[in-house]
Amino acid sequence: MAAISREEVAHLARLSRLAVTEEELDRFAGQLDVILQAVTRVGEVAAADIPPTSHSVPLTNILREDVVAPGLERDEALAGAPDTADGHVRERATGQARYFRVPRILDEEA
Amino acid sequence: MGDVTRSTAAELGRRLAAKEVSAVEVAQAHLDRIAAVDERVHAFLHVDTDGALRAARAVDEARVRGDELGPLAGVPVAVKDVMTTRGVPTTAGSKILEGWRPPYDATLVSRMRDAGLVILGKTNMDEFAMGSSTEYSAYGPTFNPWDLARIPGGSGGGSAASVAAYEAPLAIGTDTGGSIRQPGAVTGTVGAKPTYGGTSRYGLIAFSSSLDTPGPCARTVEDAALLHAVIAGHDPRDSTSIPAPVPDVVGAGRHGATTGDLTGVKLGLVREFSGEGAEPGVSAAFREGVDALVKLGAEVVEVSCPHFEYALPAYYLIAPSECTSNLARFDGVRYGLRVGDDGSKSLEEVMSLTREAGFGPEVKRRIILGTYALSSGYYDAYYGQAQKVRTLISRDFATAFEQVDVLVSPTTPFVAFPFGSRTSDPYQMYLADLFTIPSNLYGGPAISVPCGLSEGLPVGFQIMAPTMADDRMYRVGAALESALPPLTPPPL
Repeated sequence: MAAISREEVAHLARLSRLAVTEEELDRFAGQLDVILQAVTRVGEVAAADIPPTSHSVPLTNILREDVVAPGLERDEALAGAPDTADGHVRERATGQARYFRVPRILDEEA
Repeated sequence: MGDVTRSTAAELGRRLAAKEVSAVEVAQAHLDRIAAVDERVHAFLHVDTDGALRAARAVDEARVRGDELGPLAGVPVAVKDVMTTRGVPTTAGSKILEGWRPPYDATLVSRMRDAGLVILGKTNMDEFAMGSSTEYSAYGPTFNPWDLARIPGGSGGGSAASVAAYEAPLAIGTDTGGSIRQPGAVTGTVGAKPTYGGTSRYGLIAFSSSLDTPGPCARTVEDAALLHAVIAGHDPRDSTSIPAPVPDVVGAGRHGATTGDLTGVKLGLVREFSGEGAEPGVSAAFREGVDALVKLGAEVVEVSCPHFEYALPAYYLIAPSECTSNLARFDGVRYGLRVGDDGSKSLEEVMSLTREAGFGPEVKRRIILGTYALSSGYYDAYYGQAQKVRTLISRDFATAFEQVDVLVSPTTPFVAFPFGSRTSDPYQMYLADLFTIPSNLYGGPAISVPCGLSEGLPVGFQIMAPTMADDRMYRVGAALESALPPLTPPPL
C-alpha cells in the first residue's frame, strides 16, 4: 500500500506554496512514496523514553548589549528586491525606492 | 618559477612570504587555469576576476609595506555559492536567486579576506546544497576531473572539482549530510567537516540549520587545516557558534605528517557499517588505509553503533523538515525571482508561481516531504521520532569514544558514478551519504582523506572524531596521507 497518495501530495504542495504541475504530481507521488517507505524505519526504534535532540550543541538564549550598531542600509536591503515602490512625495524627490512592493494581499471582494 | 597552480597552499604561502612570487602572479595563474579548463569542468558559477586581482594587489602592497601577514595571505580560494559575498552574485545553485548580489559578506568570507586570502569566484553546487552529484544545480552539473562522464559528488562538487582540477588550491564547502566529504572522496581531494558550531553559519544560506557546517576543501591535510584555522572560531552573529578556543588543527596535522607515529591511537571500526553495501573496490582500498595506519602504530578496535543504521532515515526527516521552514523565505518579495505578478493575481498565487518556477525538482520534493513530516498527526511519528533517534546516534558516538580515539570508515559506499544513474530514484542518490550522515546528526568533526583508487577512481577514507576534537582527525588524516602514495588526477 502506498504511504502517500497523489491527493495528499497535491495538498502538501498547496501548503508549501508550490504551484506544481499535473506531471510533477504524478512523478513526486511515486518518488515520495519510495522515500517515505524508507524513512518510516525510524519507527522501528524503541525510543519512548528518549529525549529528542534538536541541536548537537546546547542552545541558550544569547542577548547582545543593547547598544546602537550599524545595520543594513535601506537602499542595500531594497537593492535585491524584485519590485519596489516610492513612498511619500518628499521621499520620491530623492529618487530612491523606499518600500518592498508586494502583490495584492486582500481579495477585491473582501 | 614552476607552475604555481600545482603548489599546495602551504607552499604558496611560504613562496609568497619569501617574495619569490607575487599574489597577483598567483591569482593570475589560477585565473588562467580556470580559463583553460573550466569550460570542461564547470566548477565555477561565477569567476570574480577583478575582485581577485584587486585583493591580490592589496596583499602585495601590504607585503611591501611590511605589514604582518598570515600564512595564507595571497593564496587563492574558491567559495561555494551558498556563502554570501558582498556585491558578488550568489545563487545557491538555484534559479530563484539568479542575479542576486548579497549586500553583506558571510563571517567566514570576511575572515578569509582579513587573512589575505584571494577569492577567485563562486563554485557550483546542487541547488540549496540538496544532492550528492551537482546534477541538481539549476545551472548544469560540474564534471569530475578524473572522468568527465562522472559526477564530482555533491552538494559541493564545484568546490571539490576546482581543487582537484588545480583551478584553486583551496575551497570552501558546506556539509549538512556529507556535502564536503563525499565530493572530496570522489575527486581524490581532502574535505573536512568541522565540529558543528565550530565554524560560523552567518551568511550561509540555510538548508538545515541544526546540521549545516562550513569547512575546508584542499589537496592536502595540512592545507585543509590551515584554512580551517582561518575560518573557525566563535562568531557572536551565529547563535549556535561555540564560544571556545579552536583546537590546534594545524599543529596536529603537522605532527601527524612529520612523525607519522600513531602509537597508542585507537581506531574504531563500526561493526554496523561492515555489512552496509560499500563496493568491493572501496572496501579493499579502505582496508589498505587501515593497514597503513596500523603500521604507524595504531590499534584497531571493533565498536558497535547499533543506531547508525537509522541515521539515513532520521536525516531524511530532519533535514527536509528544517528546509521547508528555511526555504519559506523565498517568497518573491525581498530578493530573487517573482513570477506571475500581472496585477490580477493574489500574493499567494504569485508566491506559488514564483516558487514553482524558481525551485528545481529535488528542492520541491524535500519541501513537500518536510511539510508532511511536520504536519499534525504525523509530527510525532516522523520528525519527533527522528529527533529521538538523533539522541540515540549521539549516544552511540559517546559510547564508542569511551573505547577509541576516532572512528574510521570509507567516506562513501561507491566511487564517482556516471551522470544520470541515480536521478530517477532519489533514494539511490541519498545512499551516497550513508557513512557521512551520522557525524552530522551527532555534531562531531569528520574528514575525508584520499586512500587509493578503485577501478581507476579515487576512494575516500573517513576519520570521525569527538565534538571539539577536530585536531585528532587532522593528526590521523595527515599520518595516513604521508603513508600513502599521492594521487594525481589525469591530465585535463
